[in-house]
Amino acid sequence: MTMLDDTSGQTSAPRQTPQALIAARNIAVFLAKAPPSAFGLIVLAVLILSALFAPLLATHDPYVQDLQNTLQAPSAAHFFGTDELGRDIYSRLLYGSRITLTIIGLVSIVVGPIGLFVGTVAGYFGGKVDIVLMRLTDIFLSFPSLILSLAFVAALGPSLNNAIVAISLTAWPPIARLARAETLTFRQADYIAAARLQGASATRIIWRSIVPMCMPSVLIRLTLNMATVILTAAGLGFLGLGAQPPLPEWGAMIATGRRYMIDSWWLVTFPGLAILSVSLAFNLLGDGLRDALDPKQMNRR
Amino acid sequence: MTLNRQHMRGALGQGASILVTLFGLLILTFVIGRIMPTDPVRAIVGEDATQEVYMNVYQELGLDKPMWQQFFLYLRDLATGDFGTSIRTGKPVIQDILHALPATIELATFAIIIGACLGVPLGVMAAVKKDRWQDHVIRVFSLMGHSMPIFWTGMIGLLVFYASLGWVGGSGRMSQFYIGMVPDRTGFLLIDSAVAGQWDVFRSALRHIILPAALLGYSSSAYITRMTRSFMLDQINQEYVTTARVKGLSQRQTIWRHAFANIRVQLVTIVALAYGALLEGAVLIETVFAWPGFGQYLTSSLRIGDMNAVMTCVLIVGLIFITLNIISDILYRVFDPRTR
Amino acid sequence: MTEERPMLDVKNLSVRYRGTDTPAVRDVSFTLGRERLGIVGESGSGKSTVGRALLKLLPTAELTADRMRFEEVDLLTAPERKMLELRGQRMSMILQDPKFSLNPIQRCGLQIAEAYRTHVRCSKGEARAKAIEMLSAVQIRDPERVFDLYPHEVSGGMGQRIMIAMMLLADPGLVIADEPTSALDVTVRLKVLRILDGLVREKGIGLIMISHDLSLVRSFCDRVLIMYAGRVVETLAARDLDNARHPYTQGLLAAQPRIGGSRDELPVLERKDSWLEPAEERP
Repeated sequence: MTMLDDTSGQTSAPRQTPQALIAARNIAVFLAKAPPSAFGLIVLAVLILSALFAPLLATHDPYVQDLQNTLQAPSAAHFFGTDELGRDIYSRLLYGSRITLTIIGLVSIVVGPIGLFVGTVAGYFGGKVDIVLMRLTDIFLSFPSLILSLAFVAALGPSLNNAIVAISLTAWPPIARLARAETLTFRQADYIAAARLQGASATRIIWRSIVPMCMPSVLIRLTLNMATVILTAAGLGFLGLGAQPPLPEWGAMIATGRRYMIDSWWLVTFPGLAILSVSLAFNLLGDGLRDALDPKQMNRR
Repeated sequence: MTLNRQHMRGALGQGASILVTLFGLLILTFVIGRIMPTDPVRAIVGEDATQEVYMNVYQELGLDKPMWQQFFLYLRDLATGDFGTSIRTGKPVIQDILHALPATIELATFAIIIGACLGVPLGVMAAVKKDRWQDHVIRVFSLMGHSMPIFWTGMIGLLVFYASLGWVGGSGRMSQFYIGMVPDRTGFLLIDSAVAGQWDVFRSALRHIILPAALLGYSSSAYITRMTRSFMLDQINQEYVTTARVKGLSQRQTIWRHAFANIRVQLVTIVALAYGALLEGAVLIETVFAWPGFGQYLTSSLRIGDMNAVMTCVLIVGLIFITLNIISDILYRVFDPRTR
Repeated sequence: MTEERPMLDVKNLSVRYRGTDTPAVRDVSFTLGRERLGIVGESGSGKSTVGRALLKLLPTAELTADRMRFEEVDLLTAPERKMLELRGQRMSMILQDPKFSLNPIQRCGLQIAEAYRTHVRCSKGEARAKAIEMLSAVQIRDPERVFDLYPHEVSGGMGQRIMIAMMLLADPGLVIADEPTSALDVTVRLKVLRILDGLVREKGIGLIMISHDLSLVRSFCDRVLIMYAGRVVETLAARDLDNARHPYTQGLLAAQPRIGGSRDELPVLERKDSWLEPAEERP
């Protein structure tokens, strides 16, 4: 009996890889077919490229003030005009994409593991562990993420790093929910039973067998959340609770530009467009992915 | 009989889980209050108080006691309706909030009406025209609303519709000129001015609320549209829809009288949740529009680290969320014949 | 040419769902008078698709035919507006499972009344009276009470009788019954069928009974079409079923358990690709 389960576990595990590859290719094909998703991909590519090559693409130093040239309208010298201290807005936007990517990256690195840990442990052990962890998740979910982040940042003090911590603290519950749901479906699988019969510890089973299976959906869910993360980060920056001046964070740029808005529309317009297009890109991409995969499961919050 | 008992058990279980969530909420606000960098004692005694005075207040606030005792003191204060005093305004926090809340509720309600009126028909249409160009256009339109940084759209809106075109009022709830003219009965300006028969004020209030409410509504319509579409898609392929077609009903009648009727209950839930999410946008848009509401109170308190105010605001938002969840649950039970 | 023009005349009907290569239904031809026709086949043979194609209820499918005529109406070219007039009033369809085919949040009686009000201009009270009259015609004992029940409050057998009431209310000329009893308990199947049969005979309605159940079709139909993989492989009178010539029909018959028959294993149905060649016309 053990032998039988064992072999079935052995054979089904390697079979997963090609299937995952096929799925990945199908997703890619699907995305290419849907123009909105393709648009999302292009914007993200632009974002990454501009972050990587910001020093090459920038026409000015984003921090150097030029008090002779404050509040200049867009022109050949300054594509998107200059701000109240004469800094080039185009160059600042380019460097700002680095901050945006940093926020996205760090939040994902923090949120992914926390969500996976809570979700898989709750799902695998079930019972009281499950109840306690899911109750905790629900408490965090019962807040709008921006307001909770606001409160955390207020408590920790305003800075970019604290904003990232605060956003992470509010962004893990949906991931945990998802990981738990996935774990529940895998928990009864034969190869998990086989591993258990072989005497593998719970830690080992969760780490080696369950976490890899949850990864794809968790990664997709992270992508979906990125739009919210970007908007929350920009909102915090706007309220002066995120990145601090002179950092060229887009939300903070809008906040300072607000005073000059009536006469110098470009101060707020371009950073806003940048935020809008990146968050739209993530939303379009996420929407495409959601359709490409099981639409029902992903629709649930 | 067994059905009733099951209902009872379900209600009890739900009641228990609400209590647990509430308790967690209190712990959360308590923790946020405790890790805030502002020194509550300094805030009370001022910068140049002596060590002795400082220590007196320190003990008075119970800060020398262990954390868990402090937590129970916090609970006791809350139970007696004492939410602390705001450092900024010097008034009891709860009084400040109750004063600010109607402005926000007015804005959010106006916004959710716009959001639902926009989102529901678009969602139905997207489902009916699934994968055709209408569906794609609606998808991009609604994702756009979901993707815009609302504080920025607010500014652009002011720039275009107020500064350039003059179609709407600027910031605030009404023109400066009218402030103080309407007696404060309910706190809802539209209602108060209508009751008082001061139609000038009413018009001014309407001109001021329309832009922020429309922007908030548009941003919340994204979620409503998407959920409506997905609910409708579930229904459209059901057999009873075929039955309705077989009876000779037109596509439009089938969609609205049968398929849509079946998602109404779910939609109520979604709209209730979207209403909660609106509060989030309200915090940002109130800052842009100088709307004297809850969001502005929260952000002003945050900026100067007014601990009691922040804790209570977070608590209130949590309570509103829990309440909305309960309400949507009750509505579900009341309106769906299958759960009766 | 026969003296009496048949009520329904279908020639070489093919249906292909969008996004698929092979048609679900291929070159199906038959005619129907005021009689009861059975369409039999295993699941996936395209028999339900034929029924829905007749009512033009397949928005995602491509219909082609040399001829598809119902009384004076050319169904192929009939605009949607014409179809709305036909559906429910002159042609209707009884769906398989009342659990799914009744609107779960509408009272049963109102759903029946709606069928009437769609086609006949009348007051709510008249429609209600008509619906209650119809409920008693399908032998529901307490029609006033049942009128106000929700679908989840009635049993499967009663649900299906409500469905029948709804579909026969406007006295249609043709009723398509798509597996009308397969979702029901064995004990109530016969009763529901008898009610349907009685009404169909009484009102002189043409009936197309779509089913996978040979013995049922044999006892309630005059003629039988046997479908296999989207094609009609054989057409014959119900009483001649035992003399079926096509090997597929013979296979279907042989695969049926029989009380008092041999206790050996039932033969497994054989399938041959050659059956997919156009079927020879029966003389």
